[in-house]
Amino acid sequence: MHMADALVAPAVAGTMYVCSAAAMTYSIKKVHLEVDTKKIPVMGVMGAFVFAAQMINFTIPGTGSSGHLCGGMMLSAILGPFAGFLTMIGVLLVQCLLFADGGLLALGANIWNMAFYGCFIGGMVIWRMIMKNGMSKKKIMAASVLGCILTLQLGAFSVTLETLASGITELPFAVFAGTMQPIHLAIGLVEGLITSAVLCFIYDARPELLWMYQKKERGKLSYKGTVGALACAALAVGGLLSLAASSNPDGLEWSMEKVSGTTELSASGTIHQAAQKIQELTAFLPDYSFKGSEGAVGTSVSGIVGAVIVAALCIVICICIRNIRKKKVK
Amino acid sequence: MYCNLYLYKEHKEEESEVAVGKIREAIYGIHHMDETASKDRWMQNLHPLAKLLTAFVYIFVVVSFDKYDLPGLAVMGLYLFVLFFFGKFSLFRAVRQMKVILAVSAAVGIANPFLDHSVWMEAGGFVITGGMISMITLMLKGIYAVLESYLLIVSTSIEEICYALQCLKIPKTFITVILLIYRYMIVLLKEAERIMLAYEMRAPGQKGVHWKAWGSLAGQLLLRSIDRAQIVYESMMLRGYDGTFRLIRKKENTAQSLVYGIGWILIFLLYRCFCEYLR
Repeated sequence: MHMADALVAPAVAGTMYVCSAAAMTYSIKKVHLEVDTKKIPVMGVMGAFVFAAQMINFTIPGTGSSGHLCGGMMLSAILGPFAGFLTMIGVLLVQCLLFADGGLLALGANIWNMAFYGCFIGGMVIWRMIMKNGMSKKKIMAASVLGCILTLQLGAFSVTLETLASGITELPFAVFAGTMQPIHLAIGLVEGLITSAVLCFIYDARPELLWMYQKKERGKLSYKGTVGALACAALAVGGLLSLAASSNPDGLEWSMEKVSGTTELSASGTIHQAAQKIQELTAFLPDYSFKGSEGAVGTSVSGIVGAVIVAALCIVICICIRNIRKKKVK
Repeated sequence: MYCNLYLYKEHKEEESEVAVGKIREAIYGIHHMDETASKDRWMQNLHPLAKLLTAFVYIFVVVSFDKYDLPGLAVMGLYLFVLFFFGKFSLFRAVRQMKVILAVSAAVGIANPFLDHSVWMEAGGFVITGGMISMITLMLKGIYAVLESYLLIVSTSIEEICYALQCLKIPKTFITVILLIYRYMIVLLKEAERIMLAYEMRAPGQKGVHWKAWGSLAGQLLLRSIDRAQIVYESMMLRGYDGTFRLIRKKENTAQSLVYGIGWILIFLLYRCFCEYLR
């Protein structure tokens, strides 16, 4: 999709240079703000990687032809959109000077058509949107294919507009666009699949290299936040939802009622009586209400107090286990 | 320079043994350009900014010609002829680089003769239409632009072009990235070549990389590249890297550069403004 100098008029070339320069200036500012000098060598080597990878032909099954890697999308997925954009400009400049792939005057247009769409639409919009809630292989594949197709379609459409605005071809707009778009749809699909294959490999091997990867997808809440949320939920359930609890017997009581006609069986014997006495002493909220009262407040207080006691008990058990482990380690 | 020559000779030896692949051809092309740019000749000794600006203005003027202004455009070829002749550059090598550009220009302009039937000239019963003229003009513009870019790069190394960009106040971060891409491009191309050679030996007669190996093959190259970036960064830090690259320049002929740059730019602009009156 590299445009040659002959395909752009000076006015179009100048306009595209201005647009690309604005995007470049903004990216440079963002890269400076973002991190440190460590990113610059990575950008350089990644640019060289795109170059080398584009020399490799990937066979497209069943067609006999081959495709290449999508540079913009790949760089954005590794370096992020701003650093990726700057690296792509470097790649395009070197391609233009060393391999006559794209013209010097048309460089502004080429940056816009390939680097801008690839990094800002493909990386900043699509990759970011899809990876917002965590990363997976399916998401990488979806982002790569969708990103490549969309960015190539936008790039091809821009080439059509720029060529027509330059007055280079006699082809009507519909015919030109009708030729460019379907070809780049197929190319985008293949490039997307190749890019996704490489990124999935990276995800398996070293996922931390990918942009927006969060180590084992931590939850949105912090530890304190999670404990607080759980405590609030326990209080709400114990204090409020307990009022709406069913008055019908539970499964065991229902079964007993069916068999013996009552939900509470009376037991006789010294041990049973002793156990009953202990329970009467400890149970300060019998049947989930205050002694001698069956009001709603008693039920709510029972729920809240129960939750607090269970939490406290769990904490005490956990502390005990930790102390025992520490002693064993010593 | 010595290293480049060594690699060049090494490459020539290898070339006789193994068929020149796409990657090897690219490496060879880069070495050749580097070698030519480092020669001690008048064109190479000019200030890079003068050459860069002249090239830019030349291409700008070339593409500004109307699509039917074939005679006006044809004269612009004289500049290229002068530089190729006096600069002792190989036109054959330059023409080899134009394969892609000619194909693209032809693909875009091929419809012009069929859609534009306006008669421009009639000689011996043969009608030359506006579409034919515009197609030839388009191709000629492409050829001129590529030849000029070729002249720039064979007479100016990437380091010198980066220095010229620095003079134009292009941000240092960007210049550093270009330099690093260029420096590590050959290293990674060689890495890719080794990977491809190993793959081809395990998959004889297969065209390209099988889809099952798409991820792992390029992924391995990517991981190696990132590891290399880490080593590069550590080496740079040990050598006192502080975020800027200091470019070493050879002595330029300032007076000659001024005459060259201002002279050519004035000629181009004056010709473009008054070529109508000259005819």
